[in-house]
Amino acid sequence: MAQATSPPDELVEGARPVTGASPAPDAAGLGRARATGFLVPAMVLILVFLVVPAVWTIWLGLTNYRLTGLAAASPEIVGLDNFTDALGDERFRTSLLLTLEFVLGSAVIGQAGLGFAIAFALRDRRGPLRRVVEGLVLLSWILPSSVVAFLWIALLDRDAGTLNALLGIPGMAWLLDYPMLSIIIFNTWRGTAFSMMLYAAALENVPRSHLETARLAGASTWQQLRDVVFPRIRGHVLTNLLLISLWTFNDFAPFLITAGGPEQRSEILPVYVYKVALSGGELGFGAAISFVMLLINLVIALVYLRLLGRRKESA
Amino acid sequence: MSAITMRELTKVYPGGVRALDALDLDIVDGEFFALLGPSGCGKTTLLRTIAGLEVASGGSVHIGERNVTNLPPGKRDVAMVFQDYALFPHMTVQDNIAYPLRIKKVDRRERTGKAAETADELGLSALLQRRPGQLSGGQQQRVALARAMACHPQVFLLDEPLSNLDARLRLEARTFLKRLQRELGVTTVFVTHDQAEALALADRIAVMEGGRIRQVGTPTEVFRRPANTFVAGFIGSTPMNLVGTRVRGDELAVGAARLPLPDDARGQVTDGERLVYAVRPEYLDYSPTQVAGALSGQVVVVENLGSVSLVSLDVPTDDTDGGASSVQVVVAEGREPDPGDTGWVVPRPGRSLLYRDGDLVTAGAEAGVPAAAQG
Repeated sequence: MAQATSPPDELVEGARPVTGASPAPDAAGLGRARATGFLVPAMVLILVFLVVPAVWTIWLGLTNYRLTGLAAASPEIVGLDNFTDALGDERFRTSLLLTLEFVLGSAVIGQAGLGFAIAFALRDRRGPLRRVVEGLVLLSWILPSSVVAFLWIALLDRDAGTLNALLGIPGMAWLLDYPMLSIIIFNTWRGTAFSMMLYAAALENVPRSHLETARLAGASTWQQLRDVVFPRIRGHVLTNLLLISLWTFNDFAPFLITAGGPEQRSEILPVYVYKVALSGGELGFGAAISFVMLLINLVIALVYLRLLGRRKESA
Repeated sequence: MSAITMRELTKVYPGGVRALDALDLDIVDGEFFALLGPSGCGKTTLLRTIAGLEVASGGSVHIGERNVTNLPPGKRDVAMVFQDYALFPHMTVQDNIAYPLRIKKVDRRERTGKAAETADELGLSALLQRRPGQLSGGQQQRVALARAMACHPQVFLLDEPLSNLDARLRLEARTFLKRLQRELGVTTVFVTHDQAEALALADRIAVMEGGRIRQVGTPTEVFRRPANTFVAGFIGSTPMNLVGTRVRGDELAVGAARLPLPDDARGQVTDGERLVYAVRPEYLDYSPTQVAGALSGQVVVVENLGSVSLVSLDVPTDDTDGGASSVQVVVAEGREPDPGDTGWVVPRPGRSLLYRDGDLVTAGAEAGVPAAAQG
């Protein structure tokens, strides 16, 4: 896959005269001091807003720090208690399972599946139909979460909801009876655009002649997908799944619709952390769970990256 | 039986482009048939319509006795080799060749055996476990041919079969392809924009322009007796000389020169009529001294083509179009004139043609010459 391009460094270095004031071992000929000067602002920002909070979170996870009260003034180190508590907590484990259900249902099956289906159905189409579909799908992606949440509550409301009015079944409490299904469909609707665009671009890479060869052999649409399309876009599929899995795993928007309820039946991990840490005030415990989430994210990323790496070896 | 018969075949693309215009064509069983024309003439559309990859807007296609006009590509029993060969990069050569059999649910042992057998016929046995990316262009083409052959289709369709090969390999592949087609005896249609390729490979050629067929004939017919000035200009590595002329009794007048009337046109023309005189550069003899029945002019350009040279002369005519036309003649090596010389060119008997309004003036109807050409 890697394109054989000559490293630009050597060329530039050879072409650029070395100035006496700042001997330049670097490609741009800036000199070490000025190069560092360009880097510092970015490094400071990364340090302040990324590294420090992360380290602080790990630190907090080891304490009994609280939002208010005595422990807020003088937190004590409790070691790994928070972690053992979390792993032993029924509510945490339920939340973890719900999160996996949410990721599998709305990201892997919902967004990736629907996104690919739309991209494949529209692959040879040009003109108004394609523009309208793409426009609608994109619209649901670019709207602010708060607006979208309001729209969905208006759609699914028990008494005055649009969906009930359309279906003619007033009194159907979607958000109470099917909270997980509601947020899964909501997140599918909201995030399909990304997968659709990615797969549309990937499908451009599948040569027409390959699909036509399969058609001439008598291959069905499913066989064409299996034998021609998927082997070609495997890398795109894995990248897509990696990104949307991580995004969905950390997604907080469902809180705006169900607030984790009823009875914690849609309490996915980000919502759980929020409730424990901010509503419940247990910042130390919340930080510990956040760290566990970070580890799970890392595991997901590593699994996908390994699959991608294996693909490169076999190619 | 696997002749291909097309009647009134029409293809109009969305947007109104008429790629095929009520086309009638018969391709005989076992024939090696070329569709030749400049880009945009509809030749590829015609091939794809036979394959079923394009749906005809009107008319019909029969393969053998079957009307396949509305059948999907997989049910037509045709195999196509694409310009880029379309080998699946993630499959080995063996799996590529066996792919159509796999789709047809032939069991694994039978299809690997079949693939190995076909690969053997094409000299690919040593490459069965390689992937397409590890093969040369010529090998890739043979794998694509093997995949097409493996399921014994009634018709082979080849899209620009030689265009992705480098010049040296192209000649080799051309000979190989012609021999293979002869041995298999399967009706084969191929598309090319290269007239030399069509002349060398095909049993018969259809020359196309603007979604219509301008002439169908054997390479010899198309080369010697182009049915119209379009074909005359398209066929031949050097285009045919086309010179405006006027009938003067038994002769043709080009400027001050007088040429004999071609035998074929005798009795078909009227005195004083304006026509186009046509003769190939290969069928002209150059003379540095004056001869009768010849065109004369000043040598402008001499192009060395290796064993021969192509000499261009400016021949004065009494035409309204500038008073001079360029005439090209092929001169054997060692006898080339220099630019600026005055020379005479004599058409060989029986090798010159006359065109009226773009169509050949001829005494009798001939194979491949549309009726309209008889005027």
